[in-house]
Amino acid sequence: MATRMKPVDVVLVGFGWTASIIAQELTEEGLQVLALERGADRATVPDFATTHIQDELKYAVRGGLFQAPVRETMSFRNTSDQVALPMRRLGSFRPGAGVGGAGVHWNGQTWRFLPDDFVMRSHVEERYGAGFVPEDVTIQDWGVTYDELEPYYDRFEYLCGVSGKAGNLGGRTQAEGNPFEGARSREYPLPPLERSAGSLMFDKAARELGYHPFAAPAANASRPYKNPLGVQMGQCTYCGFCEWFGCGNYSKASPQTTILPVLLKKDNFSYRTGCDVTQVVLDNTGRKAKGVLYYDLEGREYEQPAQLVILCAYAQHNVHLLLLSGIGQPYDPVSDTGVTGRNYAYQITSSVDAFVDELINPYMGAGALGQAIDEFNGDNFDHGPEGFMGGGYIALWTTGGRPILQHRLPKGTPQWGSKWKKAMAENYLRSVSISTHGSVVSQRGAYLDLDPTYKDIYGKPLLRLTFDFHDNDLRMSDFLTGKAEGIAKAMKPRSINVKKRTGPYTIVPYQTTHNTGGAVMGDDPRTSVVNRYLQCWDVPNVFVVGACNFPQNHGYNPTGTVGALAFWAADAIRHQYLKRPGPLVQA
Amino acid sequence: MDTPPSFGHAFSALLPAGQDRRQASTAGPILNEIALSRRRFITASLATSVLFALQGCGADAAPATVTRTFFSADEQRFIEAATARLIPGDSADPGALEAGVPHFIDLQLSGPFGRADRWYRQGPWSQGTEQQGYQLEETPAELYRKAIAAIDAYCREQYQGKSYAELPEAQQDQILHDLEDGKLTVKDVPVKAFFTLLLQNTQEGFLADPMYGGNRDFAGWNLIGFPGPRYNYVKEVRQYGQPYSLPTVGLQGRRDTGART
Repeated sequence: MATRMKPVDVVLVGFGWTASIIAQELTEEGLQVLALERGADRATVPDFATTHIQDELKYAVRGGLFQAPVRETMSFRNTSDQVALPMRRLGSFRPGAGVGGAGVHWNGQTWRFLPDDFVMRSHVEERYGAGFVPEDVTIQDWGVTYDELEPYYDRFEYLCGVSGKAGNLGGRTQAEGNPFEGARSREYPLPPLERSAGSLMFDKAARELGYHPFAAPAANASRPYKNPLGVQMGQCTYCGFCEWFGCGNYSKASPQTTILPVLLKKDNFSYRTGCDVTQVVLDNTGRKAKGVLYYDLEGREYEQPAQLVILCAYAQHNVHLLLLSGIGQPYDPVSDTGVTGRNYAYQITSSVDAFVDELINPYMGAGALGQAIDEFNGDNFDHGPEGFMGGGYIALWTTGGRPILQHRLPKGTPQWGSKWKKAMAENYLRSVSISTHGSVVSQRGAYLDLDPTYKDIYGKPLLRLTFDFHDNDLRMSDFLTGKAEGIAKAMKPRSINVKKRTGPYTIVPYQTTHNTGGAVMGDDPRTSVVNRYLQCWDVPNVFVVGACNFPQNHGYNPTGTVGALAFWAADAIRHQYLKRPGPLVQA
Repeated sequence: MDTPPSFGHAFSALLPAGQDRRQASTAGPILNEIALSRRRFITASLATSVLFALQGCGADAAPATVTRTFFSADEQRFIEAATARLIPGDSADPGALEAGVPHFIDLQLSGPFGRADRWYRQGPWSQGTEQQGYQLEETPAELYRKAIAAIDAYCREQYQGKSYAELPEAQQDQILHDLEDGKLTVKDVPVKAFFTLLLQNTQEGFLADPMYGGNRDFAGWNLIGFPGPRYNYVKEVRQYGQPYSLPTVGLQGRRDTGART
């Protein structure tokens, strides 16, 4: 029997980026807000101190800051005629667990999606004709536009102290910025990071080819910065330990370095760690949430009553909770009906390693220190002759030179032995990698549901992921990889190693933690779980926030958009929902 | 500037290094609330600093002679021979053996990694497709134990009673190639998966921080030119094409002086 806890106004499931933003906003309204976090408490001091956090084995290889599959995982198969098997250890993606969520261990690559991305289906059909979209592709418009989200992107970027150079200020193209981006209302809060040796090589080669390279936007502070909440960040020291690590220098934006110092002082906010939420409890009408059920680490069950329930967990975790709670009709790929679990998407990546004569010192880096081009992202180029949709950016990142996972070897180098050793000695300091970061369409065959066989530690069905890359995306990725190869060759290296992405999708090698969909937003309750304000169509006092809202995935890292959506939803709750609790959009 | 202390936080810091804080933190939800009495916080802080001090002593006093924590004597001989082929070396140009890689692997296998503490291990067990990833029932420690015995037994049968470690280097190499290519198979023992894991752990031991028992005297880092987990390159990041001049440092300082910079 669950122990009943003292009711609160708002319960947040998870305590990462989205929960921190929403908690900060809703506590300003005087609401009593509680966050329930499955992982441990974590703070810059002592958990991320540079005396121990720069440990590649513990954090990057063994995954010290990630979700542990022993407690929570999912099953996976490529196609619905296969039997899904559990993901027994992390591979392809690495969700976080603990206070700050994956916002602790990200790189800080903070992009905005393109204006066309938010209206992808109507835009593609208008430019290329309705027949351009394959029948099994289920891309759709977001229900929110770039212009509507722009102020919220701005708020997230100023919260984080993003370093960058605007390419489009109010419609006017700016030199050195990304000329393809949507209009910004103002410049980035900080100037770009220093360039690495690799960035300069990429920049030169890309310009020679007629492209418009720019410094990628970085939530790694290029200068000391005080954000609008008054929280002070320190200048990045280029130590090269961003991704998979916490930042000990208060330089990489995370909930800990941007919001928590203010939020945790508020009397009307509290949080509990080690709390695994397993269900949103609905009343007997099924249209109102009463609160959530959760377990502590000793397996005791609690009921936390709340007026408003906001799911702020990782993308698939939010979808798992919706399915376990019976919110929204589960998606059925055969009849193409139902919404919960529909339109799962991912991203498709590839790279071209270049082995150069110049000394690179790759270990001097930062998670979002990179030079990029956007000529082949979104619909920035004519897709007509190519016959596929989507695109991505091409960038040379200098995230660091951690020896176990970040060494590069020329094509044909043996995996071991004296030749391997010699190649390690010759190439570690003299190689760079150009990566492509491509969009993935949503499709009927890619979805999330409950596994019929495998259970989690509480005996509840695991989430089941059915996914493979669509032919559209493999062709798009080949196209991008070819462009990256062209830039690599223009750098005049000793040799290159082209690492194409081929199907079928595999859960094993790390690719990217950019999982999206399953609880998508939209204007039509038949094809979306939440309305444009991220409010459940079926249960108006439940909001769902995160990359699970993306109707398909576009060609940029998602965190900038996730942060903007969190501010957008918080604003709708503050200024609309609280005045008149109920559906914000009539179905 | 940082988050206020909480009991759950201080408690989790008391756990041994490498242990998953989340699994072992048993503080109930009430205690995890951020409200915390001053007395309780001081108690927790004291306990934490004592523990850190003890850990520091233990690391500094680590004996030069190596004690096995997992491998039997036979297994140790196998691992020394195999890792010396995967990363060959000698005293002038250290490889896996000189860098202490066997000791690193031994420690890994007797710890949370060897026990697969973080892996999902509920059945039913099924092989699945390559895309579905590792589906073996064995933990890393169990896989090493089974596979080493099986490969040594194979060698004794093929090569007049000689174990792997007793074979000439060229033959040792050939066996590793055959394991890697899937040409050497043993019934009911996934030896190819073992080879993959052995290679991974050998490279880890050569390139991880020396505090884990391998990469002795920064052998791996010096080979490639990594100066260790240094903190500040604000000036150097702009010195394009210039070699970095400061000596290699690990998370526990420099071996020669104990200096931390």
